[in-house]
Amino acid sequence: MQQSPSNHRPLLLRLTLLTVLMFGFGFLLVPLYDVFCQITGLNGKVLNTGPVTEVGVDTERRIRVQFIAVNNEAMPWQFAPVERELTVYPGEMKHTAYRVTNPSVRFMVGQAVPSVAPSEAAEYLHKVNCFCFENQPLQAGETKDMPLLFTVDAALPEHISTITLSYTLFDITPKAQPAATRLPKDSRRML
Amino acid sequence: MASVDQTMSDGHHGPARGITRWLYTTNHKDIGTLYLLFSLLMFFIGGCMALTIRAELFQPGLQMVMPEFFNQMTTMHGLIMVFGAVMPAFVGLANWMIPIMVGAPDMALPRMNNWSFWILPFAFTMMLSTLLMEGGGPNFGWTFYAPLSTTYAPPSVTFFIFAVHMMGISSIMGAINVIATILNMRAPGMKLMQMPLFVWTWLITAFLLIAVMPVLAGVVTMMLMDIHFGTSFFDAAGGGDPVLFQHVFWFFGHPEVYIMILPAFGVVSEIIPTFARKRLFGYASMVYATASIAFLSFIVWAHHMFTVGMPLAGELFFMFTTMLIAVPTGVKVFNWIATMFRGSMTFETPMLFALAFVVLFTIGGFSGLMLSIAPADFQYHDTYFVVAHFHYVLVPGSVFSIMAAAYYWLPKWTGHMYNESMGKLHFWLSFIGVNITFFPMHFLGLAGMPRRIPDYALQFADFNMVATVGAFIFGFSQLLFVYNVVCCIRSGKQATDEVWEGSRGLEWQLSSPPPYHSYSTPPTAEQLSKASH
Ligand SMILES: [Cu+2]
Repeated sequence: MQQSPSNHRPLLLRLTLLTVLMFGFGFLLVPLYDVFCQITGLNGKVLNTGPVTEVGVDTERRIRVQFIAVNNEAMPWQFAPVERELTVYPGEMKHTAYRVTNPSVRFMVGQAVPSVAPSEAAEYLHKVNCFCFENQPLQAGETKDMPLLFTVDAALPEHISTITLSYTLFDITPKAQPAATRLPKDSRRML
Repeated sequence: MASVDQTMSDGHHGPARGITRWLYTTNHKDIGTLYLLFSLLMFFIGGCMALTIRAELFQPGLQMVMPEFFNQMTTMHGLIMVFGAVMPAFVGLANWMIPIMVGAPDMALPRMNNWSFWILPFAFTMMLSTLLMEGGGPNFGWTFYAPLSTTYAPPSVTFFIFAVHMMGISSIMGAINVIATILNMRAPGMKLMQMPLFVWTWLITAFLLIAVMPVLAGVVTMMLMDIHFGTSFFDAAGGGDPVLFQHVFWFFGHPEVYIMILPAFGVVSEIIPTFARKRLFGYASMVYATASIAFLSFIVWAHHMFTVGMPLAGELFFMFTTMLIAVPTGVKVFNWIATMFRGSMTFETPMLFALAFVVLFTIGGFSGLMLSIAPADFQYHDTYFVVAHFHYVLVPGSVFSIMAAAYYWLPKWTGHMYNESMGKLHFWLSFIGVNITFFPMHFLGLAGMPRRIPDYALQFADFNMVATVGAFIFGFSQLLFVYNVVCCIRSGKQATDEVWEGSRGLEWQLSSPPPYHSYSTPPTAEQLSKASH
C-alpha cells in the first residue's frame, strides 16, 4: 500500500466541501436568476413598483398600452380589464382597473402575476399601485374593480410604441387559507 | 502468474464465498463487476421500455399502450438509460481499471465504494416501483420540467425525487473515490501527464460529477418543497418561475451529457492505439481538449432553452459557446484519425466498436452543431431531430464505447477469450440496427414530427416503421453479447497476459485474470516505462 487511509482526509474534506458548496450554489441560482431578470428586465417581470417622481409629461409621443387578462387553468373567476387599451403620454400618470367576479359558491383568494411585452419595455413601465401587489380575497358571487395606477417612463426607447401588460390570475385559496380548510391532497391531480 | 498462486494460498486476501462476498466486498474488481452487471440489467430494462415505445410507434394510431403509459415509458426509458445504464457502466469500468492503470492495490476508499454501489439497487427498485403505484410512474419526460413534475405530477413523484437523491449520493461518492484514487494512489514515479487517457478523462468526469450532481439534488429538493411544503420556486402564483427550473436543470443537464461521453473518449483513446499498433497521436492535446470541453460545458446550458424567450444577446452567447465545443471535440476526432494513419490496423470486435464510435459520434456531433444554431433550433426544437441527435451521441457514442471496453478488457477480467466471430456478428447487427433505428429520425424531425407522442400524422408512417424494425434488430442483437459474455466466463480459451498484440498499459502486465489485489507492491520504473503512452 502506498497510502494509508488517513492520508486521504485532506482531499476528502475538500471534495466534500465542494459538494456542499455546489448544493448551495443550486439554491443560489434562484436569487441570482431574480437579480439577473431584474437588472436586464428579462422575462417581462415588472419590478418597478411604488411611488415615482413625476418628471413632466412628454406630449410629443403617444404610447399604446394594451391590457390582457389570462386565467390560470383552474381559476374560475371572471377576469377582464375595464379598458382594453389606453393611449398615454410618457410621464403621464394613468389610472385604470381590472374587474373580477367570483362566480363560485365559496370564498376564494386570487393572485395576479404581471408580465410585460416586449420584455425590453418592462423596466420603463412603472406601477405606482397595482392589485398584483397583494392577494385578492373575494366572497362567493362578489364583484370588484381592482385598481391599477401606472406611468410609462419618458426614457422608453424610441422604437417601442406599444406595450402589452398581461396579468395571469392564479387561484391561491389553498395556500392563503389555514391548513384545516385546505383541499384534499388528491384535488391536485384533478386539475 | 506467481501473484495468483500467492493470493490463493493466503486465505485472507482471497474473496469470501457466497452472497456475502458481493454484499460486503470492498474489492474494486468485485465492485466493478457489480456495477457492470447492474448496468447491463438496467440496459435491458430500459431497452424493453424503448421497444415498447417503438412498438407503439410502428404504425400511426394507438395499438399497444395508452398515451398515459406511453408517457411513463418515455420518461422511465430516459431515466433508466442515463442514470441506470450508462453512468453505472462507466463507474464500473472506472472501478475495474483505474486502480490497475495507476498501479494501485485498490480504490482509495474501499468501504465507501461498497456503499456507493449498494445504494443503486435500492434507488432503482424505488424508481421502478412507481410504475405500479396509483396514478402511475413519472410521466413528465426525463427532464422533469416543472410544473409538469410539480403541480401536475402523479403522486409517485416523491419516490422519484428520493430515487434521484440516492443516485446522486451514489455518483458523488463514486466520483470522490475516483479522484482520491487518481490523485493519491498513483504508482511512485507516475506523473499526471503519464496517466492513460481513460484515467485522465475519468478524473475530469469525476470533477464534473461533483460539480453538478449536487445541483441536480438541489433542483429535485426544490420540487419536493414546492409539492409538499408550500414553497413557490417554480410556481408563478407564489412569485416563482417555471423557467427557473429549466435553467437550474440544464445547468446540471449539459455537464451531465459530458459525464456520459468523456469516459467514452477515454476508452476509445485506449483501444484505437492498441489495434493501430501506434502510440496515441497528440496525447497532451487530448488532455487539454477534454479539460476544455469540461470547462465549456458549464456555460452553454441554455442552448436547450432557445425557445423560452431569451433576449437576443443570450441566444447569441449560448449559440457561440456551444459551437465552440466543436473545436476541442474536433481535435479529438482528428487525433484518433491521426493515430490510425499508417498504423497496421486489425479489426477485432473492440476496434470495430471504437471505429463505429468515431464515425457515428461525429454524425451526432454534426446534428448537435445544427441544433446549436439558435434560429434553426426554433424549427428543430422538441422534434424527432433532437431525438436522433442525442441517440446518435448516446447509443453509438456512449453505449458503443462501453461495448468496446467490455470486449477489450473482458479477456483481462475473466482470463478467457470471448468468441471473436460472435463478437463481430454482435457488432454488425448493432451497427446496422442502430443506423436503421436512428437515422430516419433525422428526417422525421426535419419533417416536423414532435417527440414524446404515442400517435402521429400519416405522412410519418414509413420512417417510423423502419425505425421500429431497426430498434428490434438492435435490441435483440444485444442478447448475443450476453451469451458471448456467459460463454467467455464459462468456457472461453485461456487468454494471455497481453491479450492484444499491440497492448500497452499497466493492466496488460498483470496476469489474466489479475490477482484479487493487483499492485500490492507498486509497479517498477521499468514496468511504468513499458506501459507509458
Ligand atoms: Cu447541452
